[in-house]
Amino acid sequence: MDMKTPEKKLGIKERYRYLTRDLAWEPSYRSHDEIYPYLAYEGIKIHDWDKWEDPFRLTMDAYWKYQGEKERKFYAIIDAHAQNNGHLNITDGRYLSALKIFLQAISPGEYAAHKGFSRAGREFAGAGTQVACQMQALDEIRHAQTQIHALSNYNKYYNGFHAFSDHRDRIWYTSVARSFFDDAMAAGPFEFMIAIGFSFEYVLTNLLFVPFMSGAAYNGDMATVTFGFSAQSDEARHMTLGLECIKFMLEQDPDNLPIVQKWIDKWFWRGFRVLGLVSTMMDYMLPKRVMSWREAWEIYGVENGGALFKDLAFYGIRPPKGWEDAGKAIDHMSHQFMLGFYQWRFGTAFHSWIPSDDDMNWLSQKYPTTFDKYYRPRWDYIRKAEAEGKPFKNFGLAKLCQCCQLPCVFTEPDDPSQLCHRQTTYKGEIYHFCSDGCQDVFENEPEKYVQAWLPMPQLFQDPVNGDLAAWMDWAFLTDGKDNGEYPGSGDQLNFDRWRGLATSNT
Amino acid sequence: MQIDLRTVTIEPQRQAFDHLVRRFGDKPASRYQEGSYDIQATENLHYRPTWDPQQELYDKAITQIVMKDWYDLKDPRQFFYNTYTLTRARQQEAAESNFRFIETHGLANVVSPALREKALAVLVPLRHVAWGANQNNTYICGYGYGTVFTQPCIYQAMDHLGIAQYLSRIGLAFGGTEALAAGKKAWIDAPAWQGLRRYIEDCLVTRDPFELFVAQNVALDGLLYPLVYGDMVDSGWAAEGGSGLALATQFMADWFDETRKWIDAVMKVAAAESAANRDTLTAWAGTWGARAAEVLLPVARLGLGEQAEEVMAERRAELAARLAKSGIKI
Repeated sequence: MDMKTPEKKLGIKERYRYLTRDLAWEPSYRSHDEIYPYLAYEGIKIHDWDKWEDPFRLTMDAYWKYQGEKERKFYAIIDAHAQNNGHLNITDGRYLSALKIFLQAISPGEYAAHKGFSRAGREFAGAGTQVACQMQALDEIRHAQTQIHALSNYNKYYNGFHAFSDHRDRIWYTSVARSFFDDAMAAGPFEFMIAIGFSFEYVLTNLLFVPFMSGAAYNGDMATVTFGFSAQSDEARHMTLGLECIKFMLEQDPDNLPIVQKWIDKWFWRGFRVLGLVSTMMDYMLPKRVMSWREAWEIYGVENGGALFKDLAFYGIRPPKGWEDAGKAIDHMSHQFMLGFYQWRFGTAFHSWIPSDDDMNWLSQKYPTTFDKYYRPRWDYIRKAEAEGKPFKNFGLAKLCQCCQLPCVFTEPDDPSQLCHRQTTYKGEIYHFCSDGCQDVFENEPEKYVQAWLPMPQLFQDPVNGDLAAWMDWAFLTDGKDNGEYPGSGDQLNFDRWRGLATSNT
Repeated sequence: MQIDLRTVTIEPQRQAFDHLVRRFGDKPASRYQEGSYDIQATENLHYRPTWDPQQELYDKAITQIVMKDWYDLKDPRQFFYNTYTLTRARQQEAAESNFRFIETHGLANVVSPALREKALAVLVPLRHVAWGANQNNTYICGYGYGTVFTQPCIYQAMDHLGIAQYLSRIGLAFGGTEALAAGKKAWIDAPAWQGLRRYIEDCLVTRDPFELFVAQNVALDGLLYPLVYGDMVDSGWAAEGGSGLALATQFMADWFDETRKWIDAVMKVAAAESAANRDTLTAWAGTWGARAAEVLLPVARLGLGEQAEEVMAERRAELAARLAKSGIKI
C-alpha cells in the first residue's frame, strides 16, 4: 500500500516542466503565424522557445498559498491603519503630495502593466515565457488594487486623492507616466518586455520603489510601507523575468542585438524622465528624508546599473546611450522639477511649497556643486516675492516635450545656465523636445510620437477653449482645495488640527 | 462615519473616490468597487498599437458586442485579487489534503486497471484542453474592455493553469510520466481528440474577445465540466471503485459550480443590453455550442461507452436551459 508514487521520482525542474511547458503542443489545424500574429514584425528572431530558462518555478497551488498569506497580512494592517487614524502618524502633511502623485501617476501604470503582461502572456509562443508573463499580469493587478486600497483611507481625510481615475486621463503631469506605459503597450511583445520587464522592472525599479517605500517608512506611513513590503517578493520574481527575457533574446540570434540595444537606449531614457518625479519627492517632498536623489542614483543607478551592464557586455550590450547625460542631470533635475511644480501649482492636484531654511541647508549639503550656485537664489527670489505679498506664479503654459511630455525645464547637459531645447520638423510640423534623448526616440519612430496626446493643446480645444476654470472642471481639479501651496491649505489646517487633538491636551 | 479620538471628532472630508460616488452614490465604497471600477485608462490614449494600427490601445470595437457601459458586466462573486486569491488558497489546501489522502491510503493502487486506463485516457489529455482555456482567457483579459469584465478572465486563466497542473498530477499519481506521454500522443493523434483539438486551435485564432468568451467559457466548459466531473467521475467512476478520482478532481467540480455563476451573469447582462447583442450571443452560443457537443461526443464515449449519446443530449439540454435563463434561446 505504501508504494511510492511515480510523481515523487521527478526532480523539481522536471516536474515543473510537466506542469507548465509540457501542457502546450505544436498546433496543426491552425498555423503558428495565425495563433501568434505579432511575433515577427519587430524583427526579433527566436529559433527555439524551449531554450527559455524558467526564471522561477511556481505552480498555481503554491502561488495561491503564498500570495494568500501575504494578502491576509496586508489587509489586516491597512484595516488597523484606517481604524486607528494611522494617517495622523505621518511626519507632516507635506508628505501627502508624494502619495497623491503616486496614486495619480504610478498606480495606473501598474494596471497598464497588468494588461500588457496579459497580452504578452498570450502572444509569446513559448509556454514557459507565457506562464511567467501571466503570473506577472496577475501580480500587477494586485499592485494596482493594494495601492488604491492602501491610499483609500487618505482620500477620506485629505484633498487631491479623490479624482485619481479622472486625473490619470486628463491632468497634464500624469501624461508623463501615462504616455510611458501607453508607449510600451503600443509596442510589440518583445519591445514591451524590454520596456517594462527589463528597463522598468530591472534597471529602474529600485530607484522608484526603494526610495519610495523607505520614504514611507521614514515618514510614518504604515499603509504605504505595507504595500511596498508586500509587493517586494513579487518584484523579485518580476526582476528575474526581465533579466531572463533579455538574455533569451540575445542568445537566440545575433541579429537581435542591435534591436535590443536600441530598445534599451530608448527605454532607459524614457524611464529616466519618468523617474524625475521620484527625484523631486526624495529631495523636496519628504519631510524626513531618506537620502538624496544623488545618493540613490549612486547606489541604484551607478553601482547596480553599472554592474548589470558590465554583465550584459558579454552579449555585446553597451550601457544605454543616454547614460552620461543622465549622470550630468542628477545634480539638477529635482530642483528644476520642483521649481516647475511650484510655479505651475495652480494646475496640480497636490501641494508644493517653498523650502525652509533647514530644507535648503540640507539641499546645499547634498548638492554642494549646484544648489547654492543655481537654485538657492531662485528660491530666495521666490520667497522674497512671497514675503512682499506678490507670490510668484506662472500662468503661462509650459512647452511640453513631444516624447516624455514633461515641460522643457531642463538645462543643457554641459551648461546649467542654458535651457535645453531641441526641435525637429516632420511632415511640415515642428515638434519640441527637452533633450537629445527624447529627440532620438521621436526620430526613430516619428509616426508613433506625432500621435501623442499633449495636455497643453487640449486646453485650447473643446470643451475648455482656453478658459482656466473650465479646464479645472474638465480635469476634476478643485480650485483652492487640491492645488496651490501647502501652507494655508485645507490639508495643512486639518492635519495640524487633528494632530494637535491627538497629541496634546488643548 | 465619525471616529472619536480623545473625545474629539475627526470628520472625514469625503466617503469615497469621485468616480465611485458618481456610480454608486455618496457612500463608502467596497474594496471590490475600489479595485475594479474605472481603473483602466479610457481617454486620451496616446498612441495606436504598432501591432495593429486599426485598434485603439483599449478598444471597445474589437468585439461585435456593444455595451453602453462595460462596467455593467459585474462579477457576482465580487472577486478582486484578494478575495480571489484567498478563495483559491483555501481550495488548494483542500486539494492538497485530498492528494495526500490518495497517496497515504494508496488509493491510486486500488483502482481497477480497466477504470484506471479509462480515467487516464480521458483526464490526461484534458490537461491540454485546460492549457487552451488558459490561453483563451488570458487573451480575453488582455484585449477585452473594462476591468470588471476582464479581471475575472485572468483569474479564470490562472485557474485553468491550476486545473491543468492538477490533471497532470493525477496523471503522474495514477500512471506516472508514461501516462502523460500517452495522453499527449492521444491529444495530437488519436481520432477521439482531434475534433476537440481543432475546436481549441480555432479558438486560439478567434480575436473577438466576447466571441471567445462564449466559445470557451460558455459553450465548451459549459458542456465539458458537467460531463467529465459530473457524469463520468461522480456518477460513473466513483461507483466503480474510483473514489480516489473523485477526491482528486474535487477542485474542478467545485470550481465549475462557482465560475458558472459569473459566466451566466455576464451573458445575462450583455444579452439584456440590446436585441443586437442578444442575437449575436444567440448565434455564437448556438454555433459554438453545437460544435462543442459534437467534438465532445467521442470524449464522452471514452468515458461513458454507449451511454455517451444520451448523456451528451442531456448536457446540451442543460446548457440550453442555462442560457435560456440568461435570455438566450438556442
